[in-house]
Amino acid sequence: MNKILIENLSLQYADGFESLRGVSMGIRKNAVTVLFGPAGGGKSTLLRCLNRLNDLTEVKSYSGRIMIDGENILDPKTDVIALRRKVGMVFARPVPLPMSIRENITYALELAGEKRKSKLDESVERSLKLAAVWDEVKDRLNDPAIALSGGQQQRVCLARVIALQPEVILLDEPTSGLDPISTGKVEAALFELKKEYTIILAPHSIQQAARAADYAAFFLTGELIEYGEGKTIFTAPKEKKTEDYIMGRFG
Amino acid sequence: MTTKFLARHRHAVQRIGFIAITLMAIATVLPIIGTILFILYKGGAAVSWEFLSGFPHDGMRAGGVFPAIIGTLYLTLGTAVFSVPLGVAAAIYLSEYAKDNQWTRLIRLAIINLAGIPSVVYGLFGLGLFVLFLKFGTSILAASLTLSIMTLPVIISTSEEALRAVPQSFRTVSVSLGATRWQTIRRIVVKEALPGIITGIILGLERAAGETAPILFTGAAFFLPRLPHSPFDATMALPYHLFVISTQVPEMPIQIQYGTALVLLVFVLTLNLSATVIRSRTRAKRQW
Amino acid sequence: MEKSLNWQEFIITRAIKASGYSAIVFVGLIFFFLLREGLPTLGEVEISSLLSVRWYPIENYFGVLPLITGSLIVTIGAALIAVPFGIGTAVFISEIAPRWAREILKPLVELLGGLPSVVLGFLGILVVSPYLRVFLDLPTGLTAFTGSLLLGGIAVPTVVSVAEDALDAVPRAYREGAWALGATRWQTIWRVTLPAARSGVLTAVMLGVGRAIGETMTVMMVTGNAPVLAIKLGSLFSPVRTMTATIAAEMGEVANGSTHYHVLFFIGMVLFLISLIVNIIASSVVFRAKKRAERILS
Repeated sequence: MNKILIENLSLQYADGFESLRGVSMGIRKNAVTVLFGPAGGGKSTLLRCLNRLNDLTEVKSYSGRIMIDGENILDPKTDVIALRRKVGMVFARPVPLPMSIRENITYALELAGEKRKSKLDESVERSLKLAAVWDEVKDRLNDPAIALSGGQQQRVCLARVIALQPEVILLDEPTSGLDPISTGKVEAALFELKKEYTIILAPHSIQQAARAADYAAFFLTGELIEYGEGKTIFTAPKEKKTEDYIMGRFG
Repeated sequence: MTTKFLARHRHAVQRIGFIAITLMAIATVLPIIGTILFILYKGGAAVSWEFLSGFPHDGMRAGGVFPAIIGTLYLTLGTAVFSVPLGVAAAIYLSEYAKDNQWTRLIRLAIINLAGIPSVVYGLFGLGLFVLFLKFGTSILAASLTLSIMTLPVIISTSEEALRAVPQSFRTVSVSLGATRWQTIRRIVVKEALPGIITGIILGLERAAGETAPILFTGAAFFLPRLPHSPFDATMALPYHLFVISTQVPEMPIQIQYGTALVLLVFVLTLNLSATVIRSRTRAKRQW
Repeated sequence: MEKSLNWQEFIITRAIKASGYSAIVFVGLIFFFLLREGLPTLGEVEISSLLSVRWYPIENYFGVLPLITGSLIVTIGAALIAVPFGIGTAVFISEIAPRWAREILKPLVELLGGLPSVVLGFLGILVVSPYLRVFLDLPTGLTAFTGSLLLGGIAVPTVVSVAEDALDAVPRAYREGAWALGATRWQTIWRVTLPAARSGVLTAVMLGVGRAIGETMTVMMVTGNAPVLAIKLGSLFSPVRTMTATIAAEMGEVANGSTHYHVLFFIGMVLFLISLIVNIIASSVVFRAKKRAERILS
């Protein structure tokens, strides 16, 4: 069951660099799909297309469609604000907003119009629990978020996204700056989250890709080389380039 | 020849050079401290409650400088009213909206130019546009408008710098959470840049408060029997008052001259100090 | 709710954009009004008369040369003081001073920049000028030199803060590279850091000079206000009159619409054009330097 359908997506940035070339793939609902491959492959670009964050950068041209629940989100008439609440993103470096932990979570909710304190408190607790960080911060919700450790900050950023009750969660190398324990906690949270949400993850290491993937897509210089189930693609890839990368012959 | 000599004795050269530069820095800084202390010392005797709250008598040779103080306050406020909203908005445009093209370069060139125009030329402009053409007459209104345009470049540059200092990642995150551009600017960018913006405003107003030339033909009067009632009245002002009593009034008691200088200095220094304090205290509390 | 938010945001965005462009509007307005009141001069006074060496408006002598040379000599004198002291102090603050000294010096220099020019002029009359008269044995202490001295003091803070920012912006790697090659800190400053900050320092100097040219009250109070052609070296120690002081001193007594009135606006226009040209040159120098740097670093 496909949540997202990417049809022949190509994109070129203003500096001439072609970032995506004719990518077509489906993203399965309630599963973790991993986009892996060497740097410059187009993984981040694809993620940023999914929540229209590329609107903020100088894109020279693009073509193709991205269908989410049957609607093309690249259409200019799309309500981008609603899209971004439906498709949330966690970035590579934790970016705690300059406010308290609680305010970080309620920021987007207040923008969406939620004013009732009870609802906000409920959301804060629920999302921090789902992000597996509630126990560590429940006594200091009013402390500045910047006071937390890197791993905690990143989980708060995850909670921030969850609070909006999205349908899709995008993660761009979310654990690249974190220690193994924090990484483990984030991965465990994702494992639970996929029951409710569709998750797309660009991991920073191939080991993380193998650990987390239900489905995996290998990207090389903007092209989708191979797509398959997680348990098969890392042990018996079909394409030679995929195998070479997994075996570490380049990268 | 000399280069070889200098190279071989490079440590001695460094020692001498450092001493020379240090002396230069001291020579620059000492007069500043000296000036302030000197005026404090000489003017302190003249300043009393009567001096601060009283009107001048006897052709300025006695009495107080109250109307001049009030006048400077009015002018500073008037300048703030016009230059702050316009300046901060322009800074927001340059930092958050402007693309890197010819038009933006032109705007920046215009700002640099406004900053470089001699203060007396602003006075002429104020005379030509506000006093004569728009028929505001010699008034607080004309003088404030003139001072505002003069203060604009300072407010724009410091505010833009403060806005740019806010990390780009905040904007990206805010937008990815479903905020519009203006919501992001208002709730995060401007909020975090506010201390820097306020510092810039205070420094700009400080300069406006101390200027004489722009108000010479646009709003300043030497002696007014009453305080100004409306923005269309002319007003006394501290810098202009000091100028006249130190150059145009015969047999002017030195005490009162120094006293007036002291009052103006304290006004300016207070603004300067508050800006410095705001800047250093908010830097410590910054959450990034 | 979303709809009204959009409408609100649209208006605000438009207002912000208009504010951005307002700077251009103001420059244009200033130029226009100076032109409007200053151009009639060319119709009322012959060019040859304007370029003569007598400035005596009461008898219709409008020779601006003495005023121009007055401004020039005072500005050059101020630059000769402000540039070395300004750059030197900037180098001290940025490269030599310990952290604690830096925290004190920067606000202090900024304080000097905030001192009203009329206060400095005031001290010039009461303190500096009598002192110079005695010390240098001159007939009067109100001279171009006094003006240069005080103007130098006024221009120094501008030079220091802009130059110090430029020096601070030089990447640490440049200095460390030089030290690794065996250069002393002194050599590094003069051969590596300062040249790297060249465009910023140049801007600082130009801004400082611009400040000096444009200063009005201080020069009006201490340079003696004698519109004499100032081209000999000795002129430095005798009274002169600058363009700015002329406008400030005479505008109050001038009849609206008279020739004298137009000539004063004309002088104002000249001052405006001078600062415009200096700024265009300065920004194109910086612009070209930045382009060169981008090419090198890419």
